[in-house]
Amino acid sequence: MELSAAGDDHFEQMLKPCGERVPNPLNDRWINDLTDADLASLYQDMVVIRRLDTEATALQRQGELALWPPLLGQEASQVGAARALQNKDFIFPSYRESGVLVLRGVSPTELMRVWRGSSTTTWNPYDHNVASPQIIIGAQTHHAVGYAMGLGMDGEEAAAVSFFGDGATSQGDVNEAMVFAATYHAPAVFFCQNNHWAISEPVGLQSQTHIADRARGFGIPAVRVDGNDVLAVLAVTRRALEQARHGGGPFFIEAVTYRMGPHTTADDPTRYRDQGELEHWKGRDPLDRMAKYLAQSGADMEQIEKDAQAAADEMAAVVRAEIKQTVEPTARDLFTHVYSEEHPRINEQRDHYEAYLQQFGDSLDGNGANGNGAGGSAGAAR
Amino acid sequence: MKTSQTEKLGKTTFGGALNAGLRAALANHPKVLLMGEDIGKLGGVFRITDGLQAEFGEQRVLDSPLAESGIIGTAVGLAYRGYRSVPEIQFDGFVYPAFDQIVSQVAKIHYRTSGAVTMPITIRIPFGGGIGSPEHHSESPEAYFVHTPGLRVVSPSSPAEAYWMIQDAIACDDPVIFFEPKRHYHEKQDLTGIEEGKDRLPLGAARIVRPGEHVTIVSYGALVKTSLSAATAAEDDGISVEVIDLRSLSPIDFGTIEASVRKTGRLVIAHEAALTGGLGAEIAASVTERCFHYLEHAPVRVTGWDLPYPPSKLEKHHLPDMDRILDGVDRVLDRPNSYSRFEGK
Ligand SMILES: Cc1ncc(C[n+]2csc(CCOP(=O)(O)OP(=O)(O)O)c2C)c(N)n1
Repeated sequence: MELSAAGDDHFEQMLKPCGERVPNPLNDRWINDLTDADLASLYQDMVVIRRLDTEATALQRQGELALWPPLLGQEASQVGAARALQNKDFIFPSYRESGVLVLRGVSPTELMRVWRGSSTTTWNPYDHNVASPQIIIGAQTHHAVGYAMGLGMDGEEAAAVSFFGDGATSQGDVNEAMVFAATYHAPAVFFCQNNHWAISEPVGLQSQTHIADRARGFGIPAVRVDGNDVLAVLAVTRRALEQARHGGGPFFIEAVTYRMGPHTTADDPTRYRDQGELEHWKGRDPLDRMAKYLAQSGADMEQIEKDAQAAADEMAAVVRAEIKQTVEPTARDLFTHVYSEEHPRINEQRDHYEAYLQQFGDSLDGNGANGNGAGGSAGAAR
Repeated sequence: MKTSQTEKLGKTTFGGALNAGLRAALANHPKVLLMGEDIGKLGGVFRITDGLQAEFGEQRVLDSPLAESGIIGTAVGLAYRGYRSVPEIQFDGFVYPAFDQIVSQVAKIHYRTSGAVTMPITIRIPFGGGIGSPEHHSESPEAYFVHTPGLRVVSPSSPAEAYWMIQDAIACDDPVIFFEPKRHYHEKQDLTGIEEGKDRLPLGAARIVRPGEHVTIVSYGALVKTSLSAATAAEDDGISVEVIDLRSLSPIDFGTIEASVRKTGRLVIAHEAALTGGLGAEIAASVTERCFHYLEHAPVRVTGWDLPYPPSKLEKHHLPDMDRILDGVDRVLDRPNSYSRFEGK
């Protein structure tokens, strides 16, 4: 099968991999306001996000999490996008945007409880203007567009942003979402992290053109940006959001980045991915690039590094302590929130299960005896 | 090239049996093709198609774009051209984007064209829970498909069944939804001599996996094994349980179930899917219609609750286990059980 190469460097860039700042007439004005401290904090954010990922991967190995979808390599895309947002903007993420979510104030431990299997609900979406992460590929793009339509109808100067991968752009949902966004001129920003892989499938299997080019076909302005360049991502996302918030309609961003880890902790990339490719992308590491830039621009890199590591250490220590103290849900939680109003069928099944558990001296609020086929015959308990 | 004729299967996992069955189908019919997300180099997320792309090439084992509606819709067009596609849906919860193509197109085209066009498509779906997965990875959507005329729906419960059923499904000129109980993928069985086809049942037949006298349990997929454990445990109490593996969920082999219920007079139906509108409702109603005078007790259903599939730390409370099936057995035998407690409260 002939697959197109979608990995060339036709994109907006402000920092070269060597850390050199390249002028970008279109985007420069969007980050002119950044102070030295702001620049250092962008770096720190990326260090913290990377540690979040390392920590979660370790917790998965230790059996504390059932699964984890790594974001290693995608820090600049996530930090750049998250830092461009304002609190009033609403986010509709996939499962890989842990970095964006934590920067929005979602507690890392809360986030990890989903991957532990303890809960599907963690934070209240209205607390952080962040929807529950979506696993069904691409479904959230519709939700973002609908939310954006609502913003438009209500005359709010805010935007809705959906995050998704390159593979997602093959789904009907994502294409339909673009139709709606364009038709209704919705303040919706589509943020695609093209990390080059959809599990084992290279981006060329999903698209024969640059993904950003597709959006233009729907009448949506689009930018392809170097997703490992935090300054460029920040600038482009700010531009897109400003436009959307002020009546400019939808915008599509393709952040060209690379998933350096496996798809999830259950995946084995050595079965499908060339080691050379990984090495190539390690040379474009988003953290190194920013560190080099900071050093070249005369910042006290030693201090910045120290502060960043301290922040990362603190976050990691808190997560480790909290995850071990997770209070696991009880059988009563099983029957809670299926409906918003009393539902006789659910109540009946809940009460029946209580009666069932009582045969074993257990209850809906206990977490003991009853396990899957663990016990002997029920007869023994009667 | 290895084929079913030359390949000797010894101790084989459920997944390995499916792989061997797929290999045989590919080898035996040039128009069989596999398609799906990650099924090529990776061999599928469960490795069921492992090695098949290397063996049969990228024209026969296609990694598809990430688009379920596209995968099934394309299979429809391929069927018009005489291809027998075997699409893989990666997980149960991801079949819904393809639902429209399956129920509006795949199921209806033979009827719509007065039989001129066949849809020999076998849609493989790993289904069911008990493996500690996140949302959308543990569902039992079979009732949606059973409710759709024009589809056949089957589910193997052992490596031996998997080996032949996948080949029979692919050979069938009707569309078949093929539900694989994913928590059995790693279970092994000695398949020596299976190629001779002894013990092989037709696609639509149910199988009595354990004969018994007092109670019939009807089940399918992963719960067949749980039902067998329940039958063994009940034996200690002097209760003889007959266990039927449905195998075919649509059509249902009522002949086998009826004969059993006429003998035992008592029926328990066990499935993981939610109670309301589930397959158990269909079986209970049909058996009641057909064997009312033979029944000593109303048929009883032991199922998952009417809930979205819960987070994995709670799935042990949701999935029927051996004890819950035994509780159902107690109900049909009018022995003390959770329901008598519940109703008496
Ligand atoms: C509808 C649907 N089909 C299949 C899957 C299984 N699946 C989970 S992630 C994934 C790959 C997604 O790739 P991409 O959109 O590029 O995002 P990435 O994971 O690389 O961030 C697949 C096939 C799913 N979650 N939902």
